[in-house]
Amino acid sequence: MADCNETLRELEPFIDGEISDEAREHIHGHLGACVDCQQAFEFHLELREAVRRKASNDELPASLVAKLEVCLRDDFDGDGVVGNGGSDESASVR
Amino acid sequence: MRRVSHCAVSTPCSPTCKVVDVADRSSFADQAMEFTPQLFSAALRMTRNRADAEDLVQEAMLRGFRSFHTFTEGTNLRAWLFRILTNVYINSYRAKQRRPDETDLGEVEDLYLYRRIGSFETAAASLSAEEQFLDLFTDDEVKAALEDLPDNFRLPVLLADVEGFAYREIADILEIPVGTVMSRLHRGRKAMQHALYSFAVDRGLVGAATDN
Repeated sequence: MADCNETLRELEPFIDGEISDEAREHIHGHLGACVDCQQAFEFHLELREAVRRKASNDELPASLVAKLEVCLRDDFDGDGVVGNGGSDESASVR
Repeated sequence: MRRVSHCAVSTPCSPTCKVVDVADRSSFADQAMEFTPQLFSAALRMTRNRADAEDLVQEAMLRGFRSFHTFTEGTNLRAWLFRILTNVYINSYRAKQRRPDETDLGEVEDLYLYRRIGSFETAAASLSAEEQFLDLFTDDEVKAALEDLPDNFRLPVLLADVEGFAYREIADILEIPVGTVMSRLHRGRKAMQHALYSFAVDRGLVGAATDN
């Protein structure tokens, strides 16, 4: 079983799911037995979830969707070259 | 004839630009469009500006569209798109900014915010049962705490904590070693906690800071 120092040192990789199975077992064992470390773990897990939730909720502008649909779906020059490629001629709408 | 200026990118495609066949084109649109909300959110955190974020996503999607033939079917399209987005940001947008690419952060102690939870008790008492302590922070405060990080810390934290990429994927996207990803995450996260605590102090959620 890990001790408090090891657990707190490995808390981020543990939450990130980026440690070995063995180390995870050790930390998991310690968290089950140490209220202080368990609280620190829960706090950082909540913080992670809060950051994800609060920093990823921007509304996709309809104007961007419309522009992307034109760029990606419309065969706007018909020559198979996407976007402003080739000569000026190929960058024109048919 | 009308010029299609809305599809122009800052680096125009050369006449030898890869020809994208019709099957690839519809396939890319079908598969990639679902990731645009995530790409846009990430682009906003990168550019901190809606107009620039729209341009960044548009350019990244167009580059993805053009180079879709290089994408290996069955691998992670989302990671591939984020790599393009990040590259366009670093090469096109960051280059224009006056901000230095690599900035160091001040030292912040481990468990910074956690060690200060107690000072939030009065404010936390106002929360309903379903709300968490961290709901005391507004969306804008969390976004600002992230956006205020220097790029070399902001991009790893954005890719890990908001977008959920693994260390290895972040290392590939940013072309830095995994160990560097880990140390920048550690320090970037602590700096974000420091910023959040400062917002809480400014807003009167906690008493005057007892230290720095």
